[in-house]
Amino acid sequence: MTQVAILDYGLGNIRSVKKGLEKAGAKAVITSDCEEIMASDGVVLPGVGAFSEGMEQLDDMKGTLFEFVEKRPVLGICLGMQMLLEISEEYGIHEGLGLVPGRVRGFEKKEGFKIPHMGWNNLTLTGSDPLFEGIKDQTYVYFVHSYYADTAPEYTIAETDYICPFSSAVRNKNAWGTQFHPEKSGDAGLKILENFIAIAD
Amino acid sequence: MALTKRIIPCLDLKSGRVVKGTNFLGLRDAGDPVELACRYNDQGADEVVFLDITASKEGRSALIHVIERAADELFLPLTVGGGISTTGDMTALLRAGADKVSVNTSAVKNPGLINEGAEMFGNQCIVAAIDARRNDEMKDGVNEIVMPDGSVCWYEVVIYGGSKPTGIDAVSWAKEAEERGAGEILLTSMETDGVKQGFDIPVTAKIASEVGIPVIASGGVGNIQHFYDGFVKGHADACLAASVFHFGEMTVRDVKEYLLRRDVPVRMDW
Repeated sequence: MTQVAILDYGLGNIRSVKKGLEKAGAKAVITSDCEEIMASDGVVLPGVGAFSEGMEQLDDMKGTLFEFVEKRPVLGICLGMQMLLEISEEYGIHEGLGLVPGRVRGFEKKEGFKIPHMGWNNLTLTGSDPLFEGIKDQTYVYFVHSYYADTAPEYTIAETDYICPFSSAVRNKNAWGTQFHPEKSGDAGLKILENFIAIAD
Repeated sequence: MALTKRIIPCLDLKSGRVVKGTNFLGLRDAGDPVELACRYNDQGADEVVFLDITASKEGRSALIHVIERAADELFLPLTVGGGISTTGDMTALLRAGADKVSVNTSAVKNPGLINEGAEMFGNQCIVAAIDARRNDEMKDGVNEIVMPDGSVCWYEVVIYGGSKPTGIDAVSWAKEAEERGAGEILLTSMETDGVKQGFDIPVTAKIASEVGIPVIASGGVGNIQHFYDGFVKGHADACLAASVFHFGEMTVRDVKEYLLRRDVPVRMDW
């Protein structure tokens, strides 16, 4: 069975990520143990909370993560995706993991748009990435965020429009990231997790 | 294509069971929460809210258990509220599988709780629930709300399940909650709650226009058009309802099909 390690770097709801991965057919372990991480087929970097806090909590596992992603896939979710990028502008300028080129920016206030971007919005698939195997273009997924990834088209595998078009899913080599929460996106979300498990297998 | 409007069934829980009353009183047993939540998921609910109305310790552990069970079976956002007064309470519920926690009375008494929660878990996790009641005695510093009949009033925040008026202006409090880091407002009007005559449009529209965060309208749905009014006239980002769904008067799918016909964007593929 494919084992996916969910990095436990602090607070937030990681139970749903675990249950989602299990439902999608993986053995999921919540861990901060380097050996257990390295013994897994894939890694999920979950994310709820603030960027700088998340990076701080992740500090001890950074080396392991860099080693892991050389050979095997990593999926960042929400803040976890944002941490894959180089720089975040959330409450000051913070350095991210730099696994995906780009910058995390805050949504600009615009008449008629609430921040956070909260709720179900659709994905415009910009290529044919294996993460979206069997997922229809314009599928609805669940978002909740006030910051977004600003990255080049070559690293963007799905785009969503809210205030401005932004990268709602990214990929660079073995690093994947989704701004939305697949574990909160019903059957479509479970299918995306299933695809990630297949990539890891 | 755009961000869709959300339909949110709300489950009021007492000792781990669903109950629903009118005007915050007169409770009736309406079933197992996880069973009901799964049914709503199948109908296309966009989120589910659990509001715990028990105050006892046993009730709280029953709540944690319900959230755990719900999070195991449902892959959609879960909000939990009721009796949350510390970040420790928040941690326990988020760990159990909640995505957002809603604070009401405790935040009015200790507004710093919103700041603390937002700093620890992010703004998106913290929902400020506000119970508001019309007050016709105007005073300085309150936000005037003009009613359809032309009369002028303001809305007062009430706490402890609607039993204690605070003298606080609901519009000002909503703005303060936003400044302190709340990611969403859950607004229940005590004028309309349980009455089934529709959401309280004047106060909903006022607060929705004054804050930059999403507003969930709550209290008063009796028929399907009320949802339309909540979104179009009340400018709500989400509409919450309980009894019309619990007692099978309509399904979430019925509501969404109706809204779509009237050009309100809703998520239909699930």
